[in-house]
Amino acid sequence: MNRQLKIKPSTARTTAQSHFRTLRLGTPFQPRIEALARTNDWYNWAGYRAPHSLWDEELEYFAIRSQAALFDVSPMTKYRIEGKDAEAFLNRVTLRDVTKLKAGRVHYTAWCDDEGFVLDDGTLFRLSPTRFRLCSQERHLPWLLDSAIGFDVTVEEETEAVAGLALQGPTSFAVLRDAGFSGVERLKIFDLADFPHDGSTVTISRTGFTGDLGYELFVPAAQALSLWDRLMAAGEPRGIRAIGYTALNRARLEAGLIVANADFVTSEHAIRADRLRMPDEIGLGFMIDLEKGHLNGRRAILEARAKRKLRHVLVGLEIEGNIPAEHAIVYHRKSQEVGLVSAAMWSPMAKRNIAIASLARPFGDTMVDDLWVEIYALRELQYQKLMKRAKLVPRPFIKLDRRTANPPADF
Amino acid sequence: MKAWDAIVIGGGHNGLVNACYLQRAGLDVLVVEKNDWVGGAATSRELTPGFLYSNCSYVCSLFRPEIMRDLELPRFGLQVISYEGGAVFTRGGDYLANYRDHDAHRREFARFSRRDAEAYYRYSRDVTRQCRFIQPLLMRTAPDPTSFRPRDLGELLYLGKKFAGLSAEEMALTLRFWTMSISDFLDEYFETDVIKANFALSGIIGTALGPMSPGTAYVLLHHYMGEVDGSVGAWGYARGGMGAVTRALAASFQASGGTIRTGAEVDQVLVQRGKAKGIVLADGEEIYGKLVVSNADVKRTFLKLVEEKELPDIFLRRVKNFKIRGSSGKVNIALDSLPEFPALPKDSPVYRGDMHFTDSMERMERAYDDWKTGRWSADPFLDMVIPTTLDPTMAPPGKHFMSCFVQYAPPKVNGRDWTDADRDGFAESVISQIADYSPGFRDRIVHMEVRTPREIEAEVGLTEGNIFQGELTFDQLLFNRPVPGYAQYRSPVGGLYICGSSTHPGGGVMGAPGRNAAAEILRDLAKPNQHMSPAHDVI
Repeated sequence: MNRQLKIKPSTARTTAQSHFRTLRLGTPFQPRIEALARTNDWYNWAGYRAPHSLWDEELEYFAIRSQAALFDVSPMTKYRIEGKDAEAFLNRVTLRDVTKLKAGRVHYTAWCDDEGFVLDDGTLFRLSPTRFRLCSQERHLPWLLDSAIGFDVTVEEETEAVAGLALQGPTSFAVLRDAGFSGVERLKIFDLADFPHDGSTVTISRTGFTGDLGYELFVPAAQALSLWDRLMAAGEPRGIRAIGYTALNRARLEAGLIVANADFVTSEHAIRADRLRMPDEIGLGFMIDLEKGHLNGRRAILEARAKRKLRHVLVGLEIEGNIPAEHAIVYHRKSQEVGLVSAAMWSPMAKRNIAIASLARPFGDTMVDDLWVEIYALRELQYQKLMKRAKLVPRPFIKLDRRTANPPADF
Repeated sequence: MKAWDAIVIGGGHNGLVNACYLQRAGLDVLVVEKNDWVGGAATSRELTPGFLYSNCSYVCSLFRPEIMRDLELPRFGLQVISYEGGAVFTRGGDYLANYRDHDAHRREFARFSRRDAEAYYRYSRDVTRQCRFIQPLLMRTAPDPTSFRPRDLGELLYLGKKFAGLSAEEMALTLRFWTMSISDFLDEYFETDVIKANFALSGIIGTALGPMSPGTAYVLLHHYMGEVDGSVGAWGYARGGMGAVTRALAASFQASGGTIRTGAEVDQVLVQRGKAKGIVLADGEEIYGKLVVSNADVKRTFLKLVEEKELPDIFLRRVKNFKIRGSSGKVNIALDSLPEFPALPKDSPVYRGDMHFTDSMERMERAYDDWKTGRWSADPFLDMVIPTTLDPTMAPPGKHFMSCFVQYAPPKVNGRDWTDADRDGFAESVISQIADYSPGFRDRIVHMEVRTPREIEAEVGLTEGNIFQGELTFDQLLFNRPVPGYAQYRSPVGGLYICGSSTHPGGGVMGAPGRNAAAEILRDLAKPNQHMSPAHDVI
């Protein structure tokens, strides 16, 4: 009976109760971002207060493409995966062959549930032969812990402990070099290395979400502000600007990259069974390495491929005209509904009207002609209905030589 | 002598819903209610000056919005306000809260287990999927699987198609959900005891089963199927107490020309040549009607109001064996100030939600053990709310009404009837539990209404005080509710219908049984039914 038990004084856990007073947390960079927030245009990124824009969403985009843009990625979910079996564990969980990922390298990957449906996509950083960092949009601790049974590996979430910044744009290399990160010029695309910073270490990788020359920096939360200041000071002559998500989202679309729960629904969040997607259905089939042995979802994926049960395909579209086709329905012969646009924009870099869409096969797969999108453009309280021709085009929509050039260009 | 088109026995929410639809369809309807007020188990009475109680049912979510709209209940004063989550207090002086904000909810659970905080996504996805499967069945008459009528075949096909529309994994989950214990079900998702206890309570409320008894997982689902204005799974307070639901229904009924007689206890249903002809009141008055609809539970209707000789014996035996066991009680408390809970910060939204003290599955199961041995739980499970934190109409400013749903309370104490001393002992088990977490609680009490199964049965008429008019276990659901062959609101007696929670889709202040029964009655009368909207789409 509970009556005998006295209510004890508060413990460490009870001090964490107060979180209910702050529904949107600040990231370790919040003081700096707050100071630059002229638009006060915030959104909720995984429980953090994150900027849609800071000063001008259109000009922020041009900062990515012309100078260097600083974007806070701290809310991204980060897991530290470490141990003797870390490689074998990740090989089992994720689609690509992790044995081919050398220490000091990063790859873009995805992982599936046992039915072969995509749980998420993300980036896997191999920090050492036995230590990895997995970054993703959604949270996966139960899945990772359950998958780790039988492996000599520890999985720990380090989202709060590690702050992250994306420094993207043509002058990003010069900014890092001028900030004193010597040796950063040796990083080729998807390389990573540690650099000393403020009595600690920052991990810099030549990666990003913009299709441009760019880097991502991970640092212990305590050193976040000094890293921000170091970059801003060094970047000032190179036009560095802090940006919000709207600008980044434009750059990622030009780069043809997809966003979980925007361009596809992740399997732990899909209520409706027909919204689930296999990697082949969202353009990630290339990742699947069937030679490497068992991986989560392998049997289901093989069966779906053999029995032609893959019902959808994710494609890049170029749409006539210049009106963005966001969330437009895709038609075949202007009449049969065959899919939906998940992201669309007029691309300033490609000077084309681009989109990412999910189509029901065979459309977009073997039937690629006579596709149309119906755009409802709201103009001064009236919909202008436009039926525009859509053409399948490869992604990325833009390819910038400076992204991969070695040594990186010094602007 | 006047013969009414229909007489509805019992002015509970389902009886009133039924009467409203029949009256609007053009019938001349009389509702007879034994108490001097209507409402059944959805009543709000002022038992001490200035304080309005929700005497039995106390929160609202299941009541179908289609019915609120059809019967114009907002026009007659019905307003439902969502409330703000809640908490389980732990014995270590902490609590586990449920917050409406998605991220706050995760952070709160992460205080106890990061893993379980995230496992909640899969749990809520799976529960939502199951709710979406069942929800469309609420507003349809259950098919009779033994019948070859085109309509039954059509409905069976509908059920079959819906089931076939599920993935193999979902089908397996559906069957498991309808049969497994809430404890086993939660074990598939969570590791932390207090987190499991937090969810398990929805699996045992109103049910004479423990969290480890098979069948309780469905009861949880039953409590997730509701909504507050499209927010599925949300619960709210009816402004003015749950009596506001039946007050609005009664006003709507009367506005459309219906007649209500209170203080009129029915002694018997008049049956001539196998057909219901009316009712006899306790004082001997006979009232004639072309048909009779009973809002009373299936046992009360067929074992007390209808003579046994009028009923086929298999039917009779099944009604006798229908599980309708008393398992809960209610303590309503008028407070002269808001109680303080030292474990809970003063600005916590939890004060405006539901609070519990049972922080482990073990404690919950032990509370059930007491019930099995014929005693009320020494360490009861409480579902406690303070509606006046959001509804200023129920108590004077600064004062509060607290509703405590209490489980378990047996229909008989050690095999004998409840005594007043038992009732006081039961109340003390509740007050002392609250006082353990809220010092000074006793001094705030202005007035208290204590309702054991004895009081609930005597006043509301629910057999054994069972709040659902029969357990919500799979053997008593769909075409088996209340008994096989009679799941379509009809009975072996011609012209006698049943419309209470004993019928599909079951208990809670949902109104669906009353509505569905009205649809069947109008079908039998070949009357157009233009005033009943179809169920909202589940998209």
